[in-house]
Amino acid sequence: MLSDLYVFADSPLHRARPIVKIASLVVLCSSLFIVEGWASVAVAGILVFAGFALAGLAPRHAFVSLRPAFWILAAIFAVQVYLTDVVFAGFVVARFVVLILAAALVTLTTKTSEFVDGILSALRFAPSWVPKARIALAISLCLRFIPLVRTVLGEVREAQRARGLDRNFKAVLVPLVVRILKTADEVSQAIYSRSFD
Amino acid sequence: MIAFTDVCVEKNGVAILNGITVHLRERRVGIIGRNGSGKSTFARLFNGIETPTRGTVTLDAVRERGALRRHVGFVFQNPDNQIVYPIVSEDLAFGLKNLKLSASETQARIEEVLERFDLVHLRDRFTHRLSGGEKQMIALAGVLVMRPQMIVLDEPTTLLDLWNKRKFMAAIDGLDQHVVVVSHDLELLAHFDRVLHIEDGTIVADGDAASVVAGYVASSRC
Repeated sequence: MLSDLYVFADSPLHRARPIVKIASLVVLCSSLFIVEGWASVAVAGILVFAGFALAGLAPRHAFVSLRPAFWILAAIFAVQVYLTDVVFAGFVVARFVVLILAAALVTLTTKTSEFVDGILSALRFAPSWVPKARIALAISLCLRFIPLVRTVLGEVREAQRARGLDRNFKAVLVPLVVRILKTADEVSQAIYSRSFD
Repeated sequence: MIAFTDVCVEKNGVAILNGITVHLRERRVGIIGRNGSGKSTFARLFNGIETPTRGTVTLDAVRERGALRRHVGFVFQNPDNQIVYPIVSEDLAFGLKNLKLSASETQARIEEVLERFDLVHLRDRFTHRLSGGEKQMIALAGVLVMRPQMIVLDEPTTLLDLWNKRKFMAAIDGLDQHVVVVSHDLELLAHFDRVLHIEDGTIVADGDAASVVAGYVASSRC
């Protein structure tokens, strides 16, 4: 599940500086597109799986990270098969799998607060007009509120199901958006009241 | 002491609060009133979340909004909207980072508040996995860790079951700070030093809990 964004452990990867992990992720992902071919995907894949092992993560964590993207990957595969061939479709999907797992490796071994500190550290040379603290907070809030939005969606769908409207897209979307906006309003007040400038 | 002097709040041309003047010194103050009476807006004035359109809010000579929020903590009705970080210890650290405290001081304060309310076992838990009662306690801890002079709670027990409500109120009763509670739950306010009854943006009754609550109940009969 997306909500399990961090796995508690004391591995070298958990202890590594967030900025190093984020930079490594950027380099790995860029390399996968710069150096095309199965060899680059294989090397990156080996590195990512070595990272999972080093961090003491179970295969379950890799599976759970990939599960939300399953249907998107299946659609990409089908489109690529239609446009090119099975081998290239497999290559494209394999590359995405490695990218997702590499990103998951960073989030599974980095607490949100460390992530935020890493982003702040990366932004320390940015001009003064860049709202560094706000950018970092926005990212942490995105991670925090993924499970909350999912809970709200579940509640709205349940309520509309009771009215026989669970297949009505508008009946689900409108209350969902209204509740999220109201929540956002109160969250901003709560953040303000906790002395965030 | 917190003093409201001729405080008015207006939103989109509609008056929410009309010239409220009141001085609060008591350690436990309750606020009651019907839905839409203006009591939550009044509560939000205490720590500067809401700004008066006219009038002043002064806490021991502190008037500036930024200073007010450092001295007055606010606990919202729904803790899901108050908890900012996915892990309990990270969330407790959020307010302290905003106060620019050192890492060691931050850690010490977190440990202290967790131990005080018997929440140590929640330190490394995901906030979205906590029960409603646990979330409300963490929301309260997130405010207390900042050591405010006064705490305002806006309908803090509405989403709690009876057991969690009593546990939460026991925690509130044990606080050294001045506490202001907005609530529809009259039982909670029974032993408070003072209760304000707000209707249509004005204080219509102000006094000891027994008399104000009795008047409120009498005025609410259909």
